[in-house]
Amino acid sequence: MLNQPLSKKRKRYELLLKALMLLATGLTAALVLFLLLYTILKGIPNITWELLSTSPSYLEERIGILPDILNTIYIVIATLIIVLPLGVGAAIYLTEYAANKKIVSIIEYAAEILSGIPSIIYGLVGMLLFSNSMGTCLMAGALTLVIMNLPTIMRTTQESLKTVPQSYREGAFGLGAGKWRVVRTVVLPGCLDGVITGCILSIGRILGESAALLFTAGFAHAVNGIIEGLAAPGATLSVALYVYAKEQGEFGVAFAIAAILMVLTVAINFATTFVQKFFAARRS
Amino acid sequence: MGSIISVKDMCLWYGDYQALKDLNIEIPEKSITALIGPSGCGKSTFLKTLNRMNDLIPGVKITGNIYYEGTDIFSNDVDVSHLRKEIGMVFQHPNPFPMSIYNNVAYGPRTHGITRKVQLDEIVEQALRDAAIWDEVKDRLKKNALGISGGQQQRLCIARALAIQPKVLLMDEPTSALDPISTSRIEDLIMELKKKYTIVIVTHNMQQAVRVSDYTAFFLLGELVEFGKTDDIFSQPKDKRTEDYITGRFG
Repeated sequence: MLNQPLSKKRKRYELLLKALMLLATGLTAALVLFLLLYTILKGIPNITWELLSTSPSYLEERIGILPDILNTIYIVIATLIIVLPLGVGAAIYLTEYAANKKIVSIIEYAAEILSGIPSIIYGLVGMLLFSNSMGTCLMAGALTLVIMNLPTIMRTTQESLKTVPQSYREGAFGLGAGKWRVVRTVVLPGCLDGVITGCILSIGRILGESAALLFTAGFAHAVNGIIEGLAAPGATLSVALYVYAKEQGEFGVAFAIAAILMVLTVAINFATTFVQKFFAARRS
Repeated sequence: MGSIISVKDMCLWYGDYQALKDLNIEIPEKSITALIGPSGCGKSTFLKTLNRMNDLIPGVKITGNIYYEGTDIFSNDVDVSHLRKEIGMVFQHPNPFPMSIYNNVAYGPRTHGITRKVQLDEIVEQALRDAAIWDEVKDRLKKNALGISGGQQQRLCIARALAIQPKVLLMDEPTSALDPISTSRIEDLIMELKKKYTIVIVTHNMQQAVRVSDYTAFFLLGELVEFGKTDDIFSQPKDKRTEDYITGRFG
């Protein structure tokens, strides 16, 4: 029995399934690789120092993305400065203080849904909420991004707070520490990795966001300092990509921006893995 | 000998479940009191009531009184932070904070407002000496506390508790997670500590109760069945249930 060969039919069937799965895998890998290489290969030749270091000028028939780079940096900074205290604060309250576990789980569920809403809806709401009162400007865009990223920061921080062993809290309470001292000295240091991971994920989302910003932050390409920049309309890299490709037909510039964003995305992925590995190693 | 803690008609409920029933007990000062009894008998719950660690658990209701040096610990004007400074605690599993050995021991004093480096250095050294671990860690005070062995971690936790100079030390099965050598070191330490401190220790280990304690309280199903000198309890128990338990007929 044991040394009888499998029937031919069964062998062929096994082989066929294996081939199909290999094909599916190959196709997936090929698509990702193609997208990555195509964008980068088409983009890189268009990335010049002039492009990176100047503003666009119709008189000199020049396109530069310096304002878009600066706008992206400003909006990332403004968003994080607002979203971090809010998200981390909410997470600490929900995990450490809130007594009504039912309400906590409702809020967690709502945050879960919130992070799945299409970003264009955030844009629409942000336009009515912020752009109508403060005008189309980077700050209105940043505030919209705050709403978008709040659930992410809150949830990653919360998950990380839950990994801090209860015995640390007990130990600190047992020494007569008050609630806030326990949170500040024992709980928060233990959830730093969650906060950092949340930050990196949010930066990734902000870099890639276009729909929500089209409504709220505008399309201008002017070089400003951070304060004037936030008060003025401005395009981030993703929005500029859309504008150059769709409205001006500048595909070279669009691909240059795409390549930059692609490289940043890969870098962000590496950074997330690095942070997680770093903290995992420190814990063991 | 005078009592430092006296418990009067204390009951404790977890929601609808009554975990402790009408306890009355006087804990004698500068001695070691062992709490014994089968799992789920309420001895750990009782221990955690003495420094109000049960406050952290939702749904706990307590009636009756516990007096620490004459003050009712449940009274509104008692600050639990001060109570826990007087009545320190060592837990079942060693739970040093993920920080340096020095900062672990200095955590309590810093919590209670001591910030001068010279003073902290002194307190940390004294606490580590009292916990019989100074010689092993004095050269690596800045190293992470999670890097030392389990037995050392538990002695570090004892040092951490001693650093706030409590009068009473509660120990919840402090050796149950340790190997025999570490266990015997900690037992020696506990006997040394009773010169300065009142110790209440929960243990599952009868031999340990006999070896270290002066007084023993036997708990069963939330009741205090018998309390007295350890020698008496183990040589001539008054209650049939105590006798059955210490002779290993159940538990």
